Amino acid sequence: MNVIGSYALPLMIAGIILLGLFRTENMFNLFLDGATDGLKTMIKIIPSLIGLITAVEMFKASGALDVMTGSLTPVANFLHIPRDVIPIAIIRPVSSGGAIAMLDKILATVGPDSMSGRIASVMCGSCETTVYTTTVYYGAVGVSKIRHTLIAAFTADFAAMIMSSVACGFIFS
Amino acid sequence: MINYIWSGMILISVFFAALNGRMAQLSEAVFTGCNQSVQICLTIAGAMCLWGGLMRIADKAGLTGAIGKVLGPFIRFLFPGLDPKGPAARAISMNISANLLGLGNAATPFGLEAMKHLQKENPLQTTASNHMVTFVVLNSASLQIIPTTIAVLRARHGSKSPMDIMPAVWIASLSALVVGITLALILNHHKAKLKNEKNGDALQAAAGKA
Repeated sequence: MNVIGSYALPLMIAGIILLGLFRTENMFNLFLDGATDGLKTMIKIIPSLIGLITAVEMFKASGALDVMTGSLTPVANFLHIPRDVIPIAIIRPVSSGGAIAMLDKILATVGPDSMSGRIASVMCGSCETTVYTTTVYYGAVGVSKIRHTLIAAFTADFAAMIMSSVACGFIFS
Repeated sequence: MINYIWSGMILISVFFAALNGRMAQLSEAVFTGCNQSVQICLTIAGAMCLWGGLMRIADKAGLTGAIGKVLGPFIRFLFPGLDPKGPAARAISMNISANLLGLGNAATPFGLEAMKHLQKENPLQTTASNHMVTFVVLNSASLQIIPTTIAVLRARHGSKSPMDIMPAVWIASLSALVVGITLALILNHHKAKLKNEKNGDALQAAAGKA
């Protein structure tokens, strides 16, 4: 399974380049356009990342993170999730910037190739910011009664958390 | 919501730091925090640009359209009663393909367009229709084929193979998607049934009175 992971990116890039070579005319210009767009997105999220990463850093330095993680350890044990990744599980559905900040912190502490580091990464990659998506999509069309949307979406997030841990346990041990 | 979480984190930090006598560390954290965030942004920026560029090529070479075609039966199953060739179905399929390719920027406008078309067919304008619920749940599950940002963060911290988490990410996000969609479809069905029963009762009551 590990092999798939290391092959996927180079093969995908090669595939895209081949496709572009045959089916587009100004491939490099397209690349530049897309890259500029990526930069624009980046500039849009920098302010929120600065705010959130500073908050995460403060939260950790004050000892509050240890208290929160400690108090949720029984729940995590029950769900077979390592305690180091609890902060990710909490913040991921709410804020993607916050999750990036938290993941950076966790990877620095436990190392990216440790089991907890991998589970934290997978959690970050397998969930979307549910709260943001719901607000933006319904807000755009003026729907206020969203019925069972959040129940279904949060259950999905919960499943992603559990399955991140299960899948990593299955693949990496 | 983010207002409460952000302010909560900062206020709780100050409170706990006072309690634990860690005010000096807290002040230090304020500066390391904002310095680090710029570093993280710079690290991620490279991958964001590279990926954005490659995906633009893939998009223009017809990959988004091709994925959209593959998704046809899937969309017909998830959105029963929706015209499979209509503008709503088209926007939904473009939204899913863009999400799969990690083009978050492109996915949102398609998503909003899809919501607008779904709203046109929505009888109760302020209440979400079944299709809307399914669509938003679909979008709140992350369906990215290559989680670029996370791989970059892993590389930044010295991971030997930053991409090796991909199969696990696919498994976890697919399971989440299946769980979320199943629940949404069951509740769609269940609630619709309840409504019919209520209407039925009302009809019977009216018949009884007459």
